[in-house]
Amino acid sequence: MIKVENLTKRYGGFTAVDDVSFVAEPGRVTGFLGPNGAGKSTTMRMMVGLTRADSGRVTIGGHDYLKIPNPGRHVGVLLDASAQHAGRTGREILALSAATMGLPESRVDEMLHLVSLTESESKRRVRNYSLGMRQRLGIANALMGDPQVLILDEPANGLDPAGIRWMRGLLKGYADRGGTVLLSSHLLHEVEQVADELVMIGRGTIVAQGKPSEMLTNSGTFFRAVEQDQLIAALTSSGMAPVAVADGFRVDADSLQVGKVAASLGITMIELRPADGGLEDLFLELTADTQREAYPAGATTTEGAQA
Amino acid sequence: MSAGTLEPGMIDISASKRPTMARMVAVEIRKMTDTRAGLWLLLAIAIITVAVNTLFLIFSNDDLPFLAFLQFSAMPQGILLPVLAVLLVTQEWGQRTGLVSFALVPDRSRVIVAKLAAATLFVIAAYLVALVIAAVLTPIAGADDPWEDVSGPYLLRVLLALLIGGLWGFAFGLALLNSAFAIVAYFAVPMVVSIVTAIWTAAQDKLLWFDLSTSSSQLFDPSSVSGEQWAQVGTGVLIWIVLPMVIGWMRVQKAEIK
Repeated sequence: MIKVENLTKRYGGFTAVDDVSFVAEPGRVTGFLGPNGAGKSTTMRMMVGLTRADSGRVTIGGHDYLKIPNPGRHVGVLLDASAQHAGRTGREILALSAATMGLPESRVDEMLHLVSLTESESKRRVRNYSLGMRQRLGIANALMGDPQVLILDEPANGLDPAGIRWMRGLLKGYADRGGTVLLSSHLLHEVEQVADELVMIGRGTIVAQGKPSEMLTNSGTFFRAVEQDQLIAALTSSGMAPVAVADGFRVDADSLQVGKVAASLGITMIELRPADGGLEDLFLELTADTQREAYPAGATTTEGAQA
Repeated sequence: MSAGTLEPGMIDISASKRPTMARMVAVEIRKMTDTRAGLWLLLAIAIITVAVNTLFLIFSNDDLPFLAFLQFSAMPQGILLPVLAVLLVTQEWGQRTGLVSFALVPDRSRVIVAKLAAATLFVIAAYLVALVIAAVLTPIAGADDPWEDVSGPYLLRVLLALLIGGLWGFAFGLALLNSAFAIVAYFAVPMVVSIVTAIWTAAQDKLLWFDLSTSSSQLFDPSSVSGEQWAQVGTGVLIWIVLPMVIGWMRVQKAEIK
């Protein structure tokens, strides 16, 4: 379990992390989601003592990370897969960690096998690794000490779709065995596939947290039907307002309501499900004032962008 | 895997043992040998030491004694060992491996101590190599009095001079946390000091109290070292090694590792 309480970090006048509190529960994968520069990495570095917090505290499994005698055996950490000596081989990097933690060299082979890095790949220097291979190596390094808690910063970054699927399976399995997983990402679709809980951060403050399904309750229903026009007319007449989305329609109602209307008219549904993009809309909306991207109203005028 | 009576989510760390210092020193030594850059630096120290001695043996007209060989070795080693010591510290920042190293051992002072011990061991190892080379070449050279002036205290003084060089590099590495800056500073600072000494002749005697490279070179003098000379080495060590090391240590304590 990771418990973050009122964590704050300032750089001069800039508050990078502002009174952040949340809990990552055991047996769950908690997604830590936010745009670039929202304070995710700073928060994670504070958890493991690499950045000193100005105020607030973090406990991992009830302990201050700095007070854990051999932290690698209890908490697996991956903060930046690229932060490795480019001239070392993958195997050597794992071997150094194993030696520091007091683990036998055989553990290195187990970890390489676990993350599907082959014998010959492990003997290559990290300089020649793709980002995806570095992520696998970083995850191997984090899992080396058989920890109860995993803290992973952008672990899916650079993984191909098969790699993301593999990682999802790995982390789910890990959480199912009682482990605590906290992983960060700036990409919603990456996180929502893996995470049981979401913590959204924007400009240093927590803007929302909870289960993805709970956060999505008001996003509406997406549907497609054979007798599309007939269904739209029926929904409109019962006070709903369907809007065209992609090749179907979205309406602010739950699936059951739409289904009942369709059934009463004998309409053949092709698709009926909670609307996509609800979480993404929520994410963008909640972090809107923290985004760098502005869409200037008069981009062609000399007035410039309105932030 | 006995969870015992722990509440869910709590971690039992009663059996957790922090990495021993011996293990950490071994890891630091390994970090210096497992990259091409580090390995070549170590090989260069060994090869150049052997080469310099061999060349002197072949081309010198004199019959060289043991001490001459030892002093030949000290030249390349005095230059390269401090570079090794700099890299031992700064590679954690330059290559950002500190992110892993300091996560595994959050007590940063222990990491610094382990690195300091590793640097010291490298210097001692290099010195032992120099001793062996000198011992092998001395009978070949066939000097009349090959073991002239060889004494325990003298051999220790030479080791001390080499250690001062290595720790000087280490201190600059720790204070600057950047390989290029630290190596340049290590070579530029003594140069500037000796230029000042050369120009400002009136203050030459006094400047010896600051000029560690000159005062520590007096340790190579086989005749005895005076109390004043020892004191000059002492102040030099204080200014150029202890002070930057303290600054560096505080810097590392406070630094954000990213």
